[in-house]
Parts: sequence; structure tokens; C-alpha cells
Amino acid sequence: MIEDQLILTANLERADDFYADLLAAHEDLSKADSDALNARLVLVLANHIGKRAILKQALAAAALKTGEDSA
Amino acid sequence: MNKIFEVPLYPYARHADQDAAAPVRRKVVVIGAGPIGLAAAIDLAQAGTEVVVLDDNDKVSFGSRAICFAKRPLEILDRLGCGQPMVDKGVQWNVGKVFFDDRQVYDFNLLPEEGHKRPAFINLQQYYFEEYLVNRVRELQEQGAPIEIRGRNKVSAIGTHPSHVTLEVDTPEGPYNLEADWLIACDGAGSPTRQMLGLDFVGRVFEDNFLIADVIMEADFPTERWFWFDPPFNKGQSALLHKQPDGVWRIDLQLGWDIDKEREKRPENVIPRLQAMLGEDVKFELEWVSIYTFQCRRMEQFRHGRVLFAGDAAHQVSPFGARGANSGLQDTDNLCWKLQLVMDGKAPESLLDSYDVERIHGADENILNSSRSTDFITPKSEMSRVLRDAVLDLSEQYEFARPLVNSGRLSVPCTYDGSPLNSADALNGPERTRPGSSCPDVPLGDGFLLDELGDKFTLLTIDADAPDEIEESGIKVTRLALSIKDDKTLALKDRYLGSAESGVYLIRPDQHVAARRPSFDENPFRHAIRRAIGKE
Repeated sequence: MIEDQLILTANLERADDFYADLLAAHEDLSKADSDALNARLVLVLANHIGKRAILKQALAAAALKTGEDSA
Repeated sequence: MNKIFEVPLYPYARHADQDAAAPVRRKVVVIGAGPIGLAAAIDLAQAGTEVVVLDDNDKVSFGSRAICFAKRPLEILDRLGCGQPMVDKGVQWNVGKVFFDDRQVYDFNLLPEEGHKRPAFINLQQYYFEEYLVNRVRELQEQGAPIEIRGRNKVSAIGTHPSHVTLEVDTPEGPYNLEADWLIACDGAGSPTRQMLGLDFVGRVFEDNFLIADVIMEADFPTERWFWFDPPFNKGQSALLHKQPDGVWRIDLQLGWDIDKEREKRPENVIPRLQAMLGEDVKFELEWVSIYTFQCRRMEQFRHGRVLFAGDAAHQVSPFGARGANSGLQDTDNLCWKLQLVMDGKAPESLLDSYDVERIHGADENILNSSRSTDFITPKSEMSRVLRDAVLDLSEQYEFARPLVNSGRLSVPCTYDGSPLNSADALNGPERTRPGSSCPDVPLGDGFLLDELGDKFTLLTIDADAPDEIEESGIKVTRLALSIKDDKTLALKDRYLGSAESGVYLIRPDQHVAARRPSFDENPFRHAIRRAIGKE
């Protein structure tokens, strides 16, 4: 089903703006604070997605293990 | 004043078996008079089986140790005739607070489900728990039940044979030999029985130490569970405060791996730590201090011929989630009726193999849950600590992160999905009462369902016809006829029927569901009974 499928084609609204926002969020942060921010961001986004099947695909995609079975 | 754990409750007394010319053969010998061994002995003795408990000590548990007893074990204790004194004495709580660093991040109320006789859990020191079990043993003895506890009887050698087990037992007056048809080893995490038989115990050792202290204080801390991650008084570690009866508080302080245990246990080192935690002006007295390291591991098999392992002897978990004693009580709950049927010649010996299948399933579930709690409480890498702290920081502001906070997932009864004793689910009923589940309680007017079920095979009919009794393969199954009208709270309907109009349940002596169908059909139920006793 399509809603259980991780989107790996371009889907961001105003991609350049998002990327700039992401960099801005990390500006002037120490390495430790940046790591913490990234961790919180992952958790917030994961909660928004919610579906375990999609999150598993996302974990595999982030590990650059594309093409693996994601059930 | 003597504490209960300083009084010999089953002092050594010479037994005629020690003077017998040839070793005396007993039906069942239980090694270990801890919570699990005593529960096993009571279960068997209630059914009229001769049982001898051997313990190398003569007192109950020293210090509080296991302190949290969950609903299912309390229901099992009701069946064993000693749930009430535990619940009367125990402390009940529903509110928990989670602290991170120097602040409270959130609190929660467990809001336990209504319509159960027993609370979600109680806090009670292990020494009281054991004392009440010993009281129950004495009560059974007065009624003439064939049960005895032999204090300061230490098993020093075990021989296994196809038809029996031989034991060499040391006593203050020298050794003697004893035989048993069956041996149940409940001799704890360090199980000498396991070692004497040279059996494996594989798993994961967590490199951490915890200081556990029982303190007596007259302070107005509320009856709540407080858990600290990385508090100022124990930097980089965790802490737990839990209330027990008699104004005794249980404190667990994580110490880390590389410590001097003897040094940390000294009062001059313990007291300043506790003072910093409780506040400078709180007066307290130290009752008991211990340091422990835990493991998450289990035996590959719990049954070895005529030797059956239960409780910590068979499996060990971290303490988070109270899955030690609670799962051990579910072990003997599962084992005793099976052993009884095998001894009575009503079931094949292979029925005992289902004890392995079902309780290994339970142990694996407990090990998984308690390992995850441990990984959250004690992050094993820099990034796992970053993620853990992110969860805690988010939990202060956002409700979504709170389910991720893991300071222990409380022991809930295991459902024996896939057990060879289950029959296929033939009722379109609730998930929670599918075959393999332990029966959830239901209020029935002045009483409760589980008290009605007792400890025999039962045919529970809800708005369905069935004979009052059926006998199959020597097993008498008595009907308990109910109607959803018997329970105005509708818990019976919600928990056992769901959208179905009627239901018939075959319930095992340990109150787990073996089979269910919308109506009574003789052949499928006869088949289900045979299956539940290992005959198919």
C-alpha cells in the first residue's frame, strides 16, 4: 500500500529553504548541542510519521541500505 | 527488636528420613524455600501431593529484595490461599514521577483498569512475602497436607535417573541420602542444582552495579514511585525511590561498573549519598544495604528429565519492571498442574515439555523487556545517551515522548501464543482472551471470576448451553455458566465476547485459555481437552 511506502523521490516544499532552516538551527551550537538537536528532531519527525513500516524503511535508507526488504 | 528476617522460621529438626536404613523416596522434592519454591510446594500440597522443601537456610529473605508483586502473581496467590495477607500488608500506588537532571520532567497515573479483584501491583518486602507463604504451609500442615520444610538441609550432590532423582543432603548433624520421583529446583540465580548438573546459563551480563538500600524514615514523601535519570546526587547514573510497608523506603542507586563494592556498602559511604538524595534535614535509619550486578540470561531448557528448574534458577532478568519473582510465580503456576497430571498417570510425561515451551516464551519476553529498560537507563554508547537524553528533554514538554521513557515495563502475564496445548481460536472474540492468554478477571456481583475458576479445568459458558460436566481422558471438566447479565459493568462482555453473542471457553487449571468457540460442540472440546493435556 502506498501509505506504507517511504517516499524517496523529491517531496520537500521549497527544498533550499528547508535546508537553510536546518543549517540555521545548528548555527553557533556546540557539537554536543547539535547532536542533541538532531536527536530530538529525529524523534519529533518519527512520531509524526508514526508507522513502523515506514520508519524501518527510513532507517534502512539512512544507512544507505536501499533495496533491502523493509517489512 | 528482632526483624522477621532474623528469626529462624523453619529451624533445623532431625527427620526420620535421616535415620532410615535405605534412602527414602519422596514424590516431589523442592530445593529452595524462597518465593518460588514455597509457591510450588503449596500448589502441589493443595492437590494432595507429598512434597518436601529443602533449604540451606532457616530464615526468610534477608532484606527486601523483590518488592513489587504484580496482579497476575497476586491472582496466583489467591489460588494458593494466601493472596489476602499480601494485599492487606502491601502498599498500593498509582502515581509515578520522572526526574531528569535537577528537575521533574513529568508525572503519570497508571489508572489501572476497573473490575479486577487485585490491584495492578503492590509493594511488599520479600521477607513478608515469604513469611506469609510459610504461614500458608503451616496452615496446610494443620489440615494434614503432606508438606514439610526442612531448614538447614543443603543438597550437596544430585544423581539423575530415568525413574527418579537421588540427593545427598548435608545437615548440622551430618549428611543423609534422599530420593525423589521429581525434583523442582528453585534455588535462585546462582542455582547450585544447575551447577551440580553442569548445565548452561547463557546470556548477557550487564556491566553495572546497583546499591540497594532499605531505609526507615518518618518523612512525608507521598506513596509514589520516583525515578531519576542523571540526578545531581548521582551524576551520570540513575536512582529510584519506592515505598514499602512499615515506613520502609527502597532506594536503588546505580553506581557504574568500576567500583569497590565493599567500600561502597559501608554506612559512612552510603549515608551521605542517601542524605543528598532525600534532603539534608530528613532523618532516616539504614535497615539493609546490598550491591548487586545483574544478568539477563536463561537456561536453554528448563526441564532436564525429572529435574525441573523454575524462577531465577532458570532465568534471570534485570530488576527493571519487576519481572523476577513475578515470572517465577508464573513458572510454578504453569508447572504444578502439569506435573500433577503426569504423576496421577492422566497425562503423558511429554506434557512437561510444554512447560519448557511456554515458560521459555515467557522468559524471553521478560529478558527482552528488561534488557530494553536497562539499555535506556544505562546507555551503552555516546549516541544512545544522546538519544536517551533527547527523549527525556522532549518528555518535559511533549506528551508524545513519554511512552519512550523506559524505567521498567511492568510485568504483565505472558500469553502462550503458539503453544502446542492451544486449540485454534474459533471465536471472533477479544484479542486479550485468545487461546494462550491468562484469564482477565471480571466482577461477578459480590465476587470475581478468577475465584470461581479455581485450579481445575473449567468450561466457562457465557450465554451458551453445555453439559454441567464432561469427562475426557480421566479429566473432569466442570461448567461455570455465566451470562453477560451477571456483570452490570459489562467487563465480562468486553473481555470475553467482544462482538460475539455467546462464547464457550476451555480454561486450564492455571487459568489460561486453552480453547474457545461460540457454542459448545462436543467433539472439538473433547479434542481441545486432549490437546491441553499433551495427548494430541
